[in-house]
Amino acid sequence: MAKLVTDVVCPFCGTLCDDLEVSVTDDGKKILDVYNACAIGAEKFLHSQASDRITRPRMQDEDGNWKDVSYDEAVEYTAKILADAKKPLMYGWSSTNCESQAVGTQIGEVTGAIMDNTATVCHGTTLIAVQDVGIPSCTLGEVVNRADRIVFWGCNPAHAHPRHMSRYSIYPRGFFTGKGQKSRKLVVIDPRCTDTSKLADYHLQIEQGRDYELFDAFRVAFKGEKLPDTVAGIPKKTIYEVAETMKSGRFGIIFFGMGVTQSLSKNHNIDAAISVTRDLNDYSKWSIMPMRGHYNVTGSGEVWGWLHGFPFALDLSRGFARYNPGDTTSNDLLRRDEVDAVFVLGSDPGAHFPFGSVKKIWGLPSVCIDPHITPTSAVCKLHVPVAFVGVETGGCAYRMDNVPIECRKVVEPPEGMLTDEEFLKKVLTRVKELKGA
Amino acid sequence: MVPKIKLNLISGRTIQQGVSMEGGKEKPAYRNACGIIEIDPADFKKLGAWRNTNVRVTSTFGSVVVKAIEATQGPHPGLGWIPMGPWANQVINPNTYSTGMPTFKGTPVDVEAASDEEVLDSITLITRAVRGEL
Repeated sequence: MAKLVTDVVCPFCGTLCDDLEVSVTDDGKKILDVYNACAIGAEKFLHSQASDRITRPRMQDEDGNWKDVSYDEAVEYTAKILADAKKPLMYGWSSTNCESQAVGTQIGEVTGAIMDNTATVCHGTTLIAVQDVGIPSCTLGEVVNRADRIVFWGCNPAHAHPRHMSRYSIYPRGFFTGKGQKSRKLVVIDPRCTDTSKLADYHLQIEQGRDYELFDAFRVAFKGEKLPDTVAGIPKKTIYEVAETMKSGRFGIIFFGMGVTQSLSKNHNIDAAISVTRDLNDYSKWSIMPMRGHYNVTGSGEVWGWLHGFPFALDLSRGFARYNPGDTTSNDLLRRDEVDAVFVLGSDPGAHFPFGSVKKIWGLPSVCIDPHITPTSAVCKLHVPVAFVGVETGGCAYRMDNVPIECRKVVEPPEGMLTDEEFLKKVLTRVKELKGA
Repeated sequence: MVPKIKLNLISGRTIQQGVSMEGGKEKPAYRNACGIIEIDPADFKKLGAWRNTNVRVTSTFGSVVVKAIEATQGPHPGLGWIPMGPWANQVINPNTYSTGMPTFKGTPVDVEAASDEEVLDSITLITRAVRGEL
């Protein structure tokens, strides 16, 4: 027999779908099937059941040979490298719950760590721009019910946020959008013909890295001023036409992704995108929203925001909070050899940082806290497997529109396995002892 | 002489990358999803290689062997696409220009056929690369 757990929250992307159903065995120990999830979300739930899963901490020697250690030994090693370091880097924090982020921040305070989350390689430049020019935003509920103009700029939700379009942005029928897709105009701006752009009313195949010019061209076009014949590879006729489409909507939203944040000009691209949104509010109601990646990267920014005032690149090494992207950001610190220990939780810099940074992690005392085997666990000295947040333990996560949602526990973790929060609390206690705090 | 073509490399998410990542990055499926470069048919002609040939991608910042496949979301002549992951990160531009953000999109690369070379799985790639064995 199986029982069905309903209203399950998916711990994969920032869309944080909250309508999943998971069938589990009667004893609540095994997941049988996952309903309503996208392919990635379903795989996340099902992979937690893998028979080859690592269930105990392990350490590797210089030759790469692993040996199992106890959780107590793992706590001791972790606490010691953090307490001994002059400037430890505590990175990740995006695939875990807010409760763990809060405990982790306490460890950072005691050890004088640099705290950084995956925004540093994702929407960090967005956060810089928001501090420069502010952000007119809204919730995804407003998008469902009101938006009749949708712009996807430098993002491909068909692949990266697979249910975003069906739950919020294109297909759903809302209070003022009763005809669903037919009541919306979709504009996609991307240098590739993506699976998202194939659905668009307008696809502007921009020259890669020319986003700033095109944003500025829209600002010119809104005012009816003159444009050169082409901007960023787009004919001016198309720019004027799309600008009129945007102005004529009742409620519009720009969703933007890595195409804008990771290309050259970076935060200045987002400055321009937000300025476009501000200009559009002279004609209609417009909002803008970053397509956040990890399911709780937004939450780590919120937690640090309310604890220390900064959403990423948080430097606690001087005993008070500092923030200076380019100086206190993970990749800059690693490349310049400015940290002497690395702690990773809820992220995989081994796979997603430039290789030069990964090599630096390998040369340092390091710990990776992750349920999976990853390139990060492969280069860290200690790998601590933990329970999957959102599958084997609950906790709070923030959706991409800053709405907090309580994740659900669906099954029991393997026997004896700690959660992120339990492990961090043990480390915090030991770090306080070592530091005499 | 083996023809060499120049492309502008970008990286990013694909659904296959996401699914295989959650299925286990140490598994062959992750290598098959991310140890690839998507190339436009027009650029394949210039490269003078068959589809599904292994190629070496080289930038100022590094070099990696991946399998060349035809663009699944094209056309995009002049652009190369490697899904985000350790293969792309061997060659992307790590400079942050004081923003904290490496330049994951827009790295000039050279691509040449390397049919005798192997596409490594993610763990082997990283553990050998950090030891300077590649």
